[in-house]
Amino acid sequence: MDEIDRQIMHATQAGLPLTSEPYQTLAEQLNLSTDEVMRRLSAMQDNGIIRRIGAVPNHYRLGYLFNGMTVWNVPDEQIDELGLKMGQLVFVSHCYHRPRHLPDWPYNLFAMVHGKTQAEVDAQIRICAEILGSANQGYDVLYSTRILKKTGFRSR
Amino acid sequence: MLTDLHKQLLNDFQRDFPLSARPYQDIADRLGVTENEVLTALKDSTIQPFISRIGPVIRPNQIGVSSLVAMAIPEIHLQSVADKISAYSEVNHNYEREHRFNLWFVAMAADAEHLSLFIEKVERETGYKTMPLPLVNDFFIDLGFKLELNHA
Repeated sequence: MDEIDRQIMHATQAGLPLTSEPYQTLAEQLNLSTDEVMRRLSAMQDNGIIRRIGAVPNHYRLGYLFNGMTVWNVPDEQIDELGLKMGQLVFVSHCYHRPRHLPDWPYNLFAMVHGKTQAEVDAQIRICAEILGSANQGYDVLYSTRILKKTGFRSR
Repeated sequence: MLTDLHKQLLNDFQRDFPLSARPYQDIADRLGVTENEVLTALKDSTIQPFISRIGPVIRPNQIGVSSLVAMAIPEIHLQSVADKISAYSEVNHNYEREHRFNLWFVAMAADAEHLSLFIEKVERETGYKTMPLPLVNDFFIDLGFKLELNHA
C-alpha cells in the first residue's frame, strides 16, 4: 500500500461520491486518472487490503436496537477453531480474539451480535453458548448505552 | 421509510459494488430501475441514515495501528472523561457500555510506539487506568450481514 493508495482510502472513508461516475469524481479530486483509481481499488481488493466495497448498514436505524458485545473465556488452544464457527453465525457481525487482562478481564473471544428485541439477542447468546459447549468457561454481554463518537476509519 | 429498493440496495450490495465507469447504472440494470432511482435511494439512505456509507471497507491495521481500549470510570465522572476521550483525534469510535468497564473506544496511531504513547497520555490526562485490548486475530468471514428488514 503506497501513498496514493492511502489517499484513495482516505478520500472514500466517508463514502463513494453519489455521482453518475463516482470513480471519475474521485480521480478528479485526487488528480489521478479514472483508470488508475479503479485499478488500484481492484488491486487492494485482490490482495485483501480492502475487504469489500459496498453498503455499510447502520444497525440502529434499521431497527436493530439491541447490539451486544458478547465476551467469552475459552481455552487459547481452541480459540481459532471456535472463533471461525462463531464468525459464521448470521447474526454475528464481528468476531475477534483479544488478550485477557487477569484478574479484571478473563475474556478472550469477542462476538458482536445484533437483534431487534432483547429476546432475540438472548436466543442468539444461547446459540453461541451451545456452539462453545464445555469450552465456555464464563461469559458476559455488554450492551452499548450510548454511541459517543463514530467517525474516521471503519475497518470491518 | 424503507422501500423495496432501499432493502435490495442494503442487502444485495454489501459487497461486490461494481468497479466500472458507471456503477450505479450497472446496479440499476440488475434491479430493473433507472440510475437516477438508485442514486436517489442511496442519497436518501445515507440521510436517514439506513446506511452509514457505501464504499470500500478496509481490513484492520492496514493504515496505522489501532486498539480497542476499555476504561472503568466512576459514574459521576463518566461524562467528563467520555467527552475528553471523544475529543482526541486518535479516537474514532467511543461507546458507553453497561458494565464496570463502562467506556470503550478504538484508538488509532501511525505505529505501535505512537499508539502506546497515546494510551499513556489518556491515562495521564484522565487520571484513570486503561485496559488495551488489541486484536490478536480477526475471525472474519465475508458473508455480509443479512438484514431482516420486514419490520424495519
